[in-house]
Amino acid sequence: MFATLREVQPARLQRQQRPAGAVVARLQGVSKTYGTVTALRNVDFSVRAGELVALLGANGAGKTTAVKLFLGLAKPVTGSVNVFGGNPVNAAVRIRTGAMLQVAKVPETLRVREHIDLFSSYYPNPMPLAETLAAAGLEGIKDRKFGELSGGQRQRVLFALAICGDPDLLFLDEPTVGLDVEARRLLWEELRKLVARGKTVLLTTHYLQEADELADRVVVINQGAIIAEGTPSEIKAKTAGKKIRCVTRIPIELVSSLPGVIRVCQDRDALLIQVSQAEPVLRELLQQDSQLCEIEVASAGLEDAFLALTQDNYSETEAARRK
Amino acid sequence: MATASTALTPAAWTQPLSRTLVIFLKEARYEFLKYLRLPMYSLCTTMFPVMFYVLFGLLMNRSAHLGSLGVSTYLIATYGTLGVLGASLFANGVGVATERGLGWMQVKRASPMPPFAYFTAKFSVSMIFSTIVVLMLILLGTCFGGVQLAPLAVVKLIATLILGAIPFSAMGLAIGYFAGPNSAPAMVNLIYLPMSFASGLWFPIEALPKFLQGVAVHSPAYHLAQLALAMVGGGHSEPALGHWEYLIGFGLVCLGIARIGFQRDEGTMYG
Repeated sequence: MFATLREVQPARLQRQQRPAGAVVARLQGVSKTYGTVTALRNVDFSVRAGELVALLGANGAGKTTAVKLFLGLAKPVTGSVNVFGGNPVNAAVRIRTGAMLQVAKVPETLRVREHIDLFSSYYPNPMPLAETLAAAGLEGIKDRKFGELSGGQRQRVLFALAICGDPDLLFLDEPTVGLDVEARRLLWEELRKLVARGKTVLLTTHYLQEADELADRVVVINQGAIIAEGTPSEIKAKTAGKKIRCVTRIPIELVSSLPGVIRVCQDRDALLIQVSQAEPVLRELLQQDSQLCEIEVASAGLEDAFLALTQDNYSETEAARRK
Repeated sequence: MATASTALTPAAWTQPLSRTLVIFLKEARYEFLKYLRLPMYSLCTTMFPVMFYVLFGLLMNRSAHLGSLGVSTYLIATYGTLGVLGASLFANGVGVATERGLGWMQVKRASPMPPFAYFTAKFSVSMIFSTIVVLMLILLGTCFGGVQLAPLAVVKLIATLILGAIPFSAMGLAIGYFAGPNSAPAMVNLIYLPMSFASGLWFPIEALPKFLQGVAVHSPAYHLAQLALAMVGGGHSEPALGHWEYLIGFGLVCLGIARIGFQRDEGTMYG
């Protein structure tokens, strides 16, 4: 965990220095229902030029619905959807966007290069075939029929179809589902390159690590509503600042009463203490227990933040329901 | 967006048009390849009518006559119609239902593909496979059945059947927009087999029971078969205009139904 964080930190700092671009896509007060199921409720959400936004949420949280609204594949019940200043169904908008969706069945008798050739023809200035193949890691299998490909290869073809037109704005719905570690790294690398070239990317994911490593901005969605938004580090700071793990004889009740302590729990022989700031709490602990040992201090991961956010949200709605 | 500023220059006017043409051609070409490489489709739609023609037109009733027309000539028109029915209903009905129900249609719709290119491609494939069936029937009939058709009659027959593929493709679309990916094949078979039988495509309509003959005149396949028969010098001597009117009306109704499905998808697609 520490190693990965340190590795990605410089890249993220660089990205944060880029000026925020204009809003290129926006959901305004959008609600969407399917029959009696509410998929999104009153969502405000925008994507700015040149950023990579991760829409993070559990299955069924409303991520795919948000992407479909941006692509003009669904109409909002209330509110408005705006992409490049227009309705996403306009041809002028669509030639500037690319999409990767979750598909159960793709025509299996066409070859990889034929699929790409066809989708490239929809765009005025597509990338050369060789470039698309290279970016999606498909060079070796361009003559295979889609039906002969493995799950990960199929996923890469869908990615190729999204980028082949060299669009300015990409919508990727769970792009790394079904990819192995190696293929996922490659796709992340490609996404970073696209953003470095000035492209804008919105991706949905339920992999927290993906959002953490890749995104300039994370939007957390739960039960159809946005519950948090910010840089990955902001999201993490929003809930659980640091985690202290130590072995101590101080009773757990006393620790939880210390100022700055959010939550304490027993972890085998040690205590796990969630705090907003580590140093004052540590100072206090060391003063009270000179025998205190095995101290570990870690940043709370995005995972902790995510769980805390969704659980808080859950208990709030539960409480509201009980009233 | 970018085109708005360049659209004023004359060169830019011609470019989008040729680009659109390229899209339509590629869409149709790949749609054709897609089905050609799918034996379930390409063999079933072409081999069914050809097999029955060989059996009933060449092996069994070679020298028989229906009115003034030899059976082997008569059956070219009716099995040609059967080919049109199969090629149109399966490519459009099953094809659209599958692509719509299993997510591929959404990928297409999210892309800048002109929606019309998708439908044109589907209709073209039905027409091409219909043509292949008729050509095979004519070739077999001429070589082995003593069929003698004037070149003009051949051209008129093929043209009639190609045009006839349009209303049946529309019917396929209507089915494709309202049937699920799993139920579509069954549904198409439920329509394809009884309709072709009751319209006199398997056996001459005069050989059918009286009540079926009464049903037949309401079936679009009957009207296309009569038009096709007229091109080879047979059929009832009714005015062709009435048949065409019926087929055009039927095609428009089907397109209307398909359009309702298309618009329904725009708002409420699940997944």
